Amino acid sequence: MLNHLKKLTLCLTVGVFAYAGIGGTDMAFAQEDAEATTEVVTEEVAAEEATGPAEPDEDYLDLVATYGETFDFFTISNLWILIAAALVFTMHLGFATLESGLTQSKNTVNILFKNVFIICMGILTYLLWGFNCMYPGEMGVDWNGFFSAGSPVTMADYGGTDFSYGGTALAMTGWTDFIFQAMFAATAATIVSGAVAERIKLPAFMIGGTILVMFIYPVSGSWKWGGGWLDNMGFYDFAGSTLVHGFGGFAALAAVLILGPRAGKYVDGKIKPILGHSMPLATIGVFLLFLGWFGFNGGSVLSAAPEGVSFVFVTTASAAAAGGLASIFVSWIFLKKPDLSMALNGILAGLVGITAGADSVTLWSAVIIGLIAGGIVVFSILAFDKAKIDDPVGAISVHGICGIWGTIAVGLPFFNGGSEDITLVPQLVGTLSICAFAFICSLIIFIALKAIMGIRVSAEEEEQGLDIGEHGQEAYPNFVPNQ
Amino acid sequence: MKKIEAIIKPFKLEEVKDALAELGIEGMTVSEVKGFGRQKGHTEIYRGSEYTVDFLPKIKLEVVIADSVLDNAVAAIIKAAKTGKIGDGKVFVSPIDDAIRIRTEEKGEKAV
Repeated sequence: MLNHLKKLTLCLTVGVFAYAGIGGTDMAFAQEDAEATTEVVTEEVAAEEATGPAEPDEDYLDLVATYGETFDFFTISNLWILIAAALVFTMHLGFATLESGLTQSKNTVNILFKNVFIICMGILTYLLWGFNCMYPGEMGVDWNGFFSAGSPVTMADYGGTDFSYGGTALAMTGWTDFIFQAMFAATAATIVSGAVAERIKLPAFMIGGTILVMFIYPVSGSWKWGGGWLDNMGFYDFAGSTLVHGFGGFAALAAVLILGPRAGKYVDGKIKPILGHSMPLATIGVFLLFLGWFGFNGGSVLSAAPEGVSFVFVTTASAAAAGGLASIFVSWIFLKKPDLSMALNGILAGLVGITAGADSVTLWSAVIIGLIAGGIVVFSILAFDKAKIDDPVGAISVHGICGIWGTIAVGLPFFNGGSEDITLVPQLVGTLSICAFAFICSLIIFIALKAIMGIRVSAEEEEQGLDIGEHGQEAYPNFVPNQ
Repeated sequence: MKKIEAIIKPFKLEEVKDALAELGIEGMTVSEVKGFGRQKGHTEIYRGSEYTVDFLPKIKLEVVIADSVLDNAVAAIIKAAKTGKIGDGKVFVSPIDDAIRIRTEEKGEKAV
C-alpha cells in the first residue's frame, strides 16, 4: 500500500496525470494510463491532484448509494476502530485481575507489576520496531515474506488521515491502524505472565517478555497479517487465534518447561492444588476480557461495515457463551463439582476459539466451535497438570490449545460453509509453523536467560511470596489471609 | 474470677453474644481462628484436584467474669452454641489471678 502511494507521488511530480484509485488499485494499470495521457496534461492539473482530497473508491460509493449521502463511512469506521483499540486495552486490565485472582495473595503485587510493565513496554516497542517489522509492505517487492527488520514509526509513513490510507477495507487513519495493532502486541507477553506466575524472577521475565513482544511476535505476525508467506499460501486467521493467542500460549509452554512447577504443586507424584486467592477478581477479569474481545474481534473487521461488525459481535458472544456452558457441564460431570475457575476458562476458550473465524464461519458453527473449545480446555488443563506442567491460570490450554483448535476449525468445510478460500492444509501449516516458531524462540530466550542470570526465585523467596521478595511490598497490608 | 474460652461455630456467635448479654456480662473478646477436633477436616476440589482442608474456621470467644456468674454463663454459651452435630466446639474454664481496668486502675472483680 505504502509503496503504491510513493509511486503515485513520483508519477505526479513528473507531471503525468495518474488516475489511481484507492487501496488495492492495480498500480500497473495506473501507469499505463499515465503514459497514454502524458502529453495532454499540464503540471497545474497534476498539482491539484496532489493536494486535493482522495476520491472515495467504488465500494464506498456503493455504501453511500445504500445508506444515503449522510453515511460517513470513513469517520465512523475510524471512530469504531479507536473504540475497539480502547476495548482491547481493557483486556490488559482483565488479564491483570484474572491472573491475580487465580494466584496466591502473596504474589499479587508481582503479577500486577508484570502486567503494568507489559502494556507500557508493548506500546513503546511496537512504536520503535514492531509495527514496521509486522507490516513491511508488499511481499517480493519490499521484503521476502519471512523476515523484515523493523524501524520506528514516523509521521510521514503513518500520518495518512483519509481514505487514501487503506480504502474501504482498512477504513481508518494510519495512527488508528497503529494503536489498534499495538494493543494486540503486548498480549503475547501477558499470556506468558500468567503461566509463569509465582516463581519467575522479575528481571528475567521483563527481558524475556520484551524480546518476545518486540522481536518475535511481529515476525510471525508478518507472515500472515503483513502479507508474508502464510498469507500468500492462503492461511486465514481473522483476529489472531494463532497469531496472537497460539503464539502466547506456546511461548508460555516453553517458558514453563524451563522454569519448572511451583514448589509444593506436585508432591510424591500427587497433584496438590495451590488455590487462587480471589475468585471475585478472577471473575471480574474474565468479564473484562469478554468485553474487550468485542473490540479484539469486532475491530478486526478493520472498518465499521455494518454487516461485518454486527455478525462478528454475534459469533464472538455466541462462542463465548457456548464455551462457558460447555466447561460448566464438562467440569461438573467429570470433576464432580461445578468449578467456577473452569467456567471462567471455558468462556475464554470459546473466545480464543472463535477469534480465527469470527467473520467467516457460519452462525451455528460459531456455537459449536465455542462448545468444543469449552470442553477441550477442561481436559487440556487436567492433562497439563498430569504431565506436571504447572500453569496456575490455565493460559497454555486456553490460548495455546484452543488457539490451535479455532484456527484449524476455520479450515474445515463443516464450519466455513464449504469456502473455497479457506482450506485445511494452509490452516494446518500456518497454525503449526507459528506455534512452533513461538515455542522454539521462547525456549531459546528462557534457556539463555537461565544460563545468564537465572530465571527462578530462591525457594525461600517463593515460600515468602514474590511481593516481599521482588518488590518489598504487600498487596494487602495488615490483612494477609492464611493459606 | 474465671476466664471462659469458648470455641464455637462462626454462625453461632450472634446467639452466644446475646445470651451472655442477657446475663449482664458487659465485655468479651472474639477472634477468628482455625482448628480441628474430632470433626477433622473435609475434602474440597480445585481445578480437578482434591485437597483436604484440615483446619476449619471457628470463632474463639474469651470472657472474664466473677465466680458467681460462671455456671450461668457456661450454661448460656452451651445452650446458644449447640446444634447437636459434630463440630459444635468446646468451652474451657480457667482461674484468673487479677484484673485491672487501665483507665481507672480499678482492680479485681470491679474491673471485669
